Amino acid sequence: MSIIYFLIGCSVFMALIFLGAFFWAQRSGQNDDLYTPSIRMLLDDEDIPSPKK
Amino acid sequence: MTGSTVIEKTHCYHCGDECLTIDYNYDDKHFCCHGCKSVYQILSANKLCSYYNFNQHPGSTRKTEEKRFDYLNEPAIINDLIDYTDDKITIVTFYIPYIHCSSCLWLLEQLNKINPAIHNCRVDFLKKQLNVRFDHHQINLQQLVMLLYDIGYEPLISLQDVIKKQNSTVKDNLIQKLAVAGFCFGNVMLLSFPEYFGLSAFEQTFRNFFGWLNILFSLPVVFYSGSGYFTSAYHNLRNKVLNIDFPLALGIAVLFLRSVTEILTHTGAGFADTLCGLVFFLLVGKFVQKKTYHHISFERDYRSFFPVAVHVIENEQEKPIPLANLHINHRIIIRNNEIIPADSMLLKGEALIDFSFVTGEAMPVNKTLGEIIYAGGRQTGGAIEMEVRKPVSQSYLTQLWNNEAFSNKNTPRTQTFNEKISKYFTIVLLTIAFSALIFWIPTDLRRAINAFTAVLIIACPCALALSTPFTMSAALSIFDKNLFYLKNTAVVEQMAGINTIIFDKTGTITNGDHNHIKLEAVLTELQKQLIYSVCANSMHPLSRLICQYIGNMDKLVVNEFQEVVGKGMVATIGLDKIRIGSAKFIFNREDASSNKSTVHLMMNEQYLGYFSFEHHYRDGLDKISDLATNYGLYLLSGDNDHEQYDLVRFFKSPQKMRFNQTPQDKLNFVGELQKEGSKVMMMGDGLNDSGALKQSDLGIAVTDNLNNFSPGSDAILDGKSFIKLPDFLKFSKDTVRVIHLSFLVSLTYNLIGLSFAVTGKLSPLTAAILMPLSTVTIISFTTVAVHLAAKKRKLL
Repeated sequence: MSIIYFLIGCSVFMALIFLGAFFWAQRSGQNDDLYTPSIRMLLDDEDIPSPKK
Repeated sequence: MTGSTVIEKTHCYHCGDECLTIDYNYDDKHFCCHGCKSVYQILSANKLCSYYNFNQHPGSTRKTEEKRFDYLNEPAIINDLIDYTDDKITIVTFYIPYIHCSSCLWLLEQLNKINPAIHNCRVDFLKKQLNVRFDHHQINLQQLVMLLYDIGYEPLISLQDVIKKQNSTVKDNLIQKLAVAGFCFGNVMLLSFPEYFGLSAFEQTFRNFFGWLNILFSLPVVFYSGSGYFTSAYHNLRNKVLNIDFPLALGIAVLFLRSVTEILTHTGAGFADTLCGLVFFLLVGKFVQKKTYHHISFERDYRSFFPVAVHVIENEQEKPIPLANLHINHRIIIRNNEIIPADSMLLKGEALIDFSFVTGEAMPVNKTLGEIIYAGGRQTGGAIEMEVRKPVSQSYLTQLWNNEAFSNKNTPRTQTFNEKISKYFTIVLLTIAFSALIFWIPTDLRRAINAFTAVLIIACPCALALSTPFTMSAALSIFDKNLFYLKNTAVVEQMAGINTIIFDKTGTITNGDHNHIKLEAVLTELQKQLIYSVCANSMHPLSRLICQYIGNMDKLVVNEFQEVVGKGMVATIGLDKIRIGSAKFIFNREDASSNKSTVHLMMNEQYLGYFSFEHHYRDGLDKISDLATNYGLYLLSGDNDHEQYDLVRFFKSPQKMRFNQTPQDKLNFVGELQKEGSKVMMMGDGLNDSGALKQSDLGIAVTDNLNNFSPGSDAILDGKSFIKLPDFLKFSKDTVRVIHLSFLVSLTYNLIGLSFAVTGKLSPLTAAILMPLSTVTIISFTTVAVHLAAKKRKLL
C-alpha cells in the first residue's frame, strides 16, 4: 500500500502545477478582459484587400 | 411652387441618420453630412470597408462641430495622459464612449492599416477602452487623437481620468486567495475521506500521513487566504467595533489550533476540511459581492466635466494651457459647445450660455458684455473672449466641492442589518462558549475545552456572512437588468430604509429630449412643407423638434438661407420668403409670456402663428405621486416656478416644491431634512445636484445616456426605467426581508450544531457535513427568494 504515498505525492504535485499556471495567467493579465475576445474571434481577417463594394 | 424639387428620403450609409440633402454623395452612397462622408473616404482609402459589413450603420453621426486638440501638444498634458513612454514607443489608453459594436472593435484594432506608425491596438469592450502602442517619432499624441476623431471615435479626455483611476484601484488578490483556498479545500477533502469511512488498524500509518498533509494544506488557507479576516477583526477591535469578522476570525483560529493539536497529539482527526471549506465559501461570498461596472463611473465631479485645457490669448497669440495653470486676468477664448471653466467676465462676442447643467434652467441665456458668467455654462454660438475673474477652484460652482459633504468621503450612512446583528451575535456566541466551558470544568477539563472550541467552531457565522452578499448580488443583477446600476451591494439596504424622496426638475423628472409642442396656428399642407424645409437646415434643438413634429415631409430645395444663431432664420423657397424665430427676432420686442418657449412663424410678411414648447415629464411621474402615502416627496429645482401649476398635481402641495434653488440651497435642504430624522433619497442629474446627491443618504443620478456625464452618486438610473422607480423601492424592501429570513435559516443550523457542540462531543464529520450544508441552503434560498420577489414586482 506504500504506493499511496507516491500517488498522493503525484496528485498534489500535478495540482500545484495547475495552481501555478492559474497564478501565472492571473499575473500576466490573461483574465483581465474576458469579454472582448469572444467578439474578436467572430470577425474575419482580411489579408487580401477586398475590392470596393 | 414651380421650381421646387422633391428629394427622396434616404439614410446615411455611415450613421443611419436621415439624409436631408444630396450634397454628400460618394461611391453611390448617401451621407447625411460632410463628417460622415469623410469617415467613409478615410476607411475606403485604407480598404477598411468591412467596417460596414459587420453591422448596419455602425458609425456615429459626425454633424458635431470641429474640435481642437492642439492642447495635446503641451508636454505637461501629454505626461498626464500616457501610460508609458521610452525613446521609441509610447503607450496610451483612451476611454472611447462610442465603442458599442463589433465593427467598432474591428476598426479600432486595424488602426495600423491607416497609419503604420501605430504598432498595436487593443480594445477592451466592456470598459470601452482602447490601448494604443505607437511610435511617437512618426505620429504624436495629437495626431493620434485627431485620427480617432476623424474616423468617428473621439476619446473622452477629461481632467479626472476615468482610466487611470480604474487601473490604480488597489488589487487585494481576492482571486488568488480564492484559488489557493479552493485548491487546499479540494485536497483536504480528499485526504479526510479515509478518516470518515474508517481506517483499519493495518492502515494506521496513513492516518498520521494524512493528518500531516492536512496541516500543511491548512497553513496557506489560514495565513494567506484567511489573513484578511484577522487584520479586519484586529482593526475593528481597536476601533471598539464588533463586526462579523471577529467571530469569523475567532472560528478560523480555533479551527486551526484545535486541528493542529488533535493531529499532533493523535487524539483526533481535526477539522482541517471544515476550516478550508469555511474560508473558501467566505471568499466566494466576498467575490460575489464585488460587482463592478467598468463602463460607469460613480465618482465623477466637476473635473470630469471641465475641459483639460483652455485657449488663452497671450501677446496677441492664442495658446492652449492646462486648466491647472489658469489664473485670474487670463484672457480666454470659448468656442461653440465649450464649457466655461472659471467665473469670467465677457469681453467680446455674443454669449448665449446654456446653464442647464449647472442651474437646471432649461433655455440658453443671453449675456451682455462686461457681465460675469459663472463657470460650468456652455457657450452656444460663436466664439467669445472672456477674462478670468476667479480661479477654477474658487468659482461659484466648484466652491460646492469645498463643502464638508465632500470632504468626509466614507461617512457611515445607515448601518446595515449585518452590522447591527453581528454585534449581538458575537456577544451571545461568546456567552454560550464560556458557559459551556464553565459548566464542564468541574467534571472534565478536557471535555470543557472541547465544548468551548466546538461552540466557537460550529457557531462560526459562515451562513450569516454569506446571506447578505448572495442576496445583494442577486438583487444587484436584477436592478442591472432593469437599467438601474448600483454602486455597491450596500446601496440596496440604504434604499430600503429611505422615507423621503427629493426630485430635481430639469433632466430628472422632465425629459430634455422630448418637449411637448403645441402648434398655435392653422397651416396648409404646403405651408407645413415650407416650414419643414427651412427648419431642416438648422441644428437648433427647437428646429429639430419642429421637424419631428411636422414629421415625414418631402423636403423642398431652399434657395436662400440665413440663420442668426439662437434667434431665428430667414429663408427663401421658390417665391416664398419665410422667417422663423423668437418673438424678438420676428417682432423686435421681448416675449411677454415667459412661461414657455415660443417660435413664431412669418411668411411673406404675414404672421401665421407660433409653436409653443412645454416640458414633457418623464413617463411614470404620475406613478411617483402614489408614493406619497409612504414617502415624503419634495421637488427642488434650479429653474423658475412657471411650471408650478403643472407640477402641483404630482407633489400635492406647493409647500413641497422649491424653485430657484442654488446648488448650495439644495444641499442645505437635504441636510435640514436629515436633521429632522428623515432618510433622504435624492434624485438628480446635473452638476447642480451633486452637493445634494452627496449629502443625501442615497443619491441617484438619472441619465438618458450612460456615456454622458452624470454626477457622483450611489446609483445611476437610466431614464427609460424611471417609471419602475416605485417597483425598485418595493423590491429593495423585499430584498432586506430575504436577508432577515436567511438569517433565521442560518440561526436554525447554528442551533442544531450548538446542541452537539455544548456536550463537547462534536465529531469532525458532523461539522464537515453541517457547514457546507448550511452554506448551500443559504445560497440557494437567497437566490430563489430574490428572483421570486423580482417576479412579483415584475422586474424580471
